[in-house]
Parts: sequence; structure tokens; C-alpha cells
Amino acid sequence: MKTVCCSILGFGAIGQGVAEVLLMKKEYLESIGLEVKVVAVVDSKGATVNPQGVDLADCLTRKRISGTVALENITGVEVIRSVDHELVIETTPTNIKTGGAGLQNMLAAFQTGKDVITSNKGPLALNYRELVETAKAAGSNFRFEATVGGSMPVINLVNEVLAGNKVKSIKGILNGTCNYILTRMLEERASYTDILAESMQLGIAEADPKYDVEGIDTACKLVILANAIFGLNATYRDVEVTGITKVTPEALEMAYERGHVIKLIGEVSRERIQVAPRLVPINHPLAVGGTLNVASVDTELAGEITVTGKGAGPIETASAILSDLIAIYGN
Amino acid sequence: MRISMDIELKDVPGQMLLALQPLSECKANLITVLHHHQKRTPRKTVPVQLVLETRPESVEIIKAKLEESGVRVVRVGEHRFRESINVVLIGHVVHTGIQDTIDEIDKTGFAEVVDLSLSMPGINLLSSALIKIDAVGKEDLQTALNILKEVSAKKDLLMVLPIDIQA
Repeated sequence: MKTVCCSILGFGAIGQGVAEVLLMKKEYLESIGLEVKVVAVVDSKGATVNPQGVDLADCLTRKRISGTVALENITGVEVIRSVDHELVIETTPTNIKTGGAGLQNMLAAFQTGKDVITSNKGPLALNYRELVETAKAAGSNFRFEATVGGSMPVINLVNEVLAGNKVKSIKGILNGTCNYILTRMLEERASYTDILAESMQLGIAEADPKYDVEGIDTACKLVILANAIFGLNATYRDVEVTGITKVTPEALEMAYERGHVIKLIGEVSRERIQVAPRLVPINHPLAVGGTLNVASVDTELAGEITVTGKGAGPIETASAILSDLIAIYGN
Repeated sequence: MRISMDIELKDVPGQMLLALQPLSECKANLITVLHHHQKRTPRKTVPVQLVLETRPESVEIIKAKLEESGVRVVRVGEHRFRESINVVLIGHVVHTGIQDTIDEIDKTGFAEVVDLSLSMPGINLLSSALIKIDAVGKEDLQTALNILKEVSAKKDLLMVLPIDIQA
């Protein structure tokens, strides 16, 4: 049995999802020879640390009741530097301006020779090259499937399953909130503002929806794909971005009458990185509804491969993190 | 009928006038002239593409007159639109001059707005239009879309293009 000691940095929805999935999959992991021991859980108020392994169920309950897991006033970077472990699961909230705590956590992890698995897009969209080079210099593993498309495999699909294929382009719907809004606007013939309000009530859109509806989230995911799959050195500033805030129910209806839906499509190739609302034929593989994500990878040998799945949600995102963990330590 | 005509002019002054004279005499309506100043054929002549509207019986007369004047007629063909796409425009589509937006495409001669659906839900609300553009070939369609892109940017319109088109 191999024991993997790890920390969970960031204990919001995703971090809690990771804890739940680790509890849920404990036996399975053991059956493939892995014991995952979480030695620290950190949120914005502090941390719970136990080199023998923290009680994840206890952490989840404490977070639900008191709003924090913190028992000690210690930050993520301090945990990385002072607590002995080999893997950092980085799930702090995305900060697209500076990279936020996530960037500091990841760099500190690599500097101390730790592996990193993350769902946090901001640092990768801003400082991809620096992160990858620091990881490489330290001999650390760095995996981030959860940053793009939640549970839907894209990065690992292309880099591992489709290895050897030259990828010409990737197009898709990479933001579930925008997909939900556009789907519902057409169904209800309702305005953008009305459906946005509904999405906020349902918790599908965040209180500040700008990041999703203006296409910023999709742009960050495209930057990660551009760098991780196309080997570019792109940043957020290289993306042409148009969001969905101007889309009207009348436009959706007119398009529908002619056999099309309007979707916020992200598109990346060596030549261009772009986010914009596009007309998609109703029977096209990318015309998925609701909060679903979808990506179509156009490859040299295998042709076009399309995957679809839930792009958000704590358990779904944790599924991608779990697959990265098994990819590093399994076998 | 609408026809396109590729002709070649000698690289000396006054040739364009010579080429346009027969069109005027036959009352043909000249829609576009693409004068490729910078190009030369192996015969050292300047290639020119014309799109014109004329009666079918005039086509041969125009051709003969051009050749009499020393203008070489390389190709004459019916001007057929082979490419077609739908584009959605959202914004103050009408108040910023929908006619002008259409004219910008139509005046190219190789692309035309052939259909328009319009919805104006209220004075202060954004209007939506779905236009269908036909073009002679793929490149012409792309050029027409580039023109539309510029016009849309100027008029602050959101242009929604089909997924298989390079934006």
C-alpha cells in the first residue's frame, strides 16, 4: 500500500467536494493500493493540521456549522513549508488579476518539491509558463484537468488518450452558467436579465456573474488549453472575448426558426483564441443544453472527437481531481 | 441577368474608359469593377474583373465591342452565388442605419444581403436582425463578413456568426 500525504488548500465548494470524494472512494483507492492521508485542510480563516491525518468527516461538519475548518491560524503557504507531505490539492478561488493565494500556494509547493493538482484557473491563465517550469525544475507533477470543463475530460483526453495526434483546434461550451442562461432564454422567450436573476436564485450564476457572462471564465480555460495542448505561451490578454450580455430572446428565436441555437463558444487553435456567441446548428454535437459543457477536439488522425459532461459542481470537479491523483500515484 | 467578366487592359492610359464605353452603349448596369493595378498577366496586361447587369442578348455584343477596341475578354460567366450564410446582429440595428449596413455588403458586387428578419421589441431595447448573405465564392463571403465586422464594430452591434465560419 502506498500512502500519499496531501493537503487540501481551499475548503469552499470544490475543496469540500474533494473531501467527500476521498471519503466516498477510500475503499476503492485502497483496492488499487493507495491510501490518501490528508494532513492539512486550509481555508481563508486558517487550518486544521494533523500529521497523522485529519478527520475529513469532522472537517466537513465543522465547516458546515461554523463556516470554517480553522483550528490554527496558519496559511496555505505556511502549511506547505512546515507540514511534511507530498501532494497539494489546490482548490482556492480563482483570481484572474493577480493569481491570488493559488499562485503563491502552487509556487511554494513546487519550491518544496511537492506535486500539485488544482482546479484553480487563475494562476494557470496568468502564469502558466512560470508554473510549469518551476514544477519541472523541482521534478514535481503538476496536473489540472479540473480547471477546464469540470468533470469533462479534455486535457488528459488529448495529452494521454489521444497521444500522438496533432490537434488542429478545440471548440466548445466551457461555461455552464452561460449555457444555462442561453438555453432558458430560448425556452422561456425571456430576457437576459430575467434568466440571469433565475440563475442566481438557483445558485447557477454567482452573485457577481461578470466573470461567467462576459466570457472571462471561458477565456481562462482556453488559455490553459492553448498552453497545455498547443504548447503556446498565451495569457488571458491574448484572447478575443465577447460575452452573452447582449444576446436577446428575439435573436435566439430567429436563429432557432432557421435551425440554429446561439451558444457561447470558446475556440482555440495555434492561430487564434476566441470566445464569442456563435450560431450552432440544432443537430450539431456542440448544441447541448442546460448547464452542460462540451468540447470538440479536431485531430489529425482521429478526426473530430466530442466529449460532453457537467462543467461545474463540487463532486463533478472533484472527480477530475481524483483522476489526476490516480494518474500520478496509481500503479 | 447578372454576369461577371474578366478582361485584360493594356498598361497605358485611357484603357479603362475604352473598356467601359461598350457597356454604356449597351445600357449595361455596372455593379463592380475590380482593377488589379498591382498585378500583371504574362502578357503584361492588367487584369480587371467586372460584374454587370444586362439583357442576355447584349452579352455577346458587349464582348465583341470590347474585343474590337483591343480589350481582351478572358472569361464571361453568369454571376452565381454559391455560398450562403446567416448572421445575427444585435444592438441598435435600425437606428444605426440598417440600409447602410446592407448597402456596404451589396455594393461589393460579389455578395448580397438576400433576406432580413428584424425584431424591435421596444424603443429602449436592443433590436435583433437575422440576415442572410449570399456570395459568389468562399473568399468573397469572407471579405463580405470582414466588411460586416467593421460596420458592426463602428455601430456597436454584436455580430453572431455560424460556428464553422472564421470570425
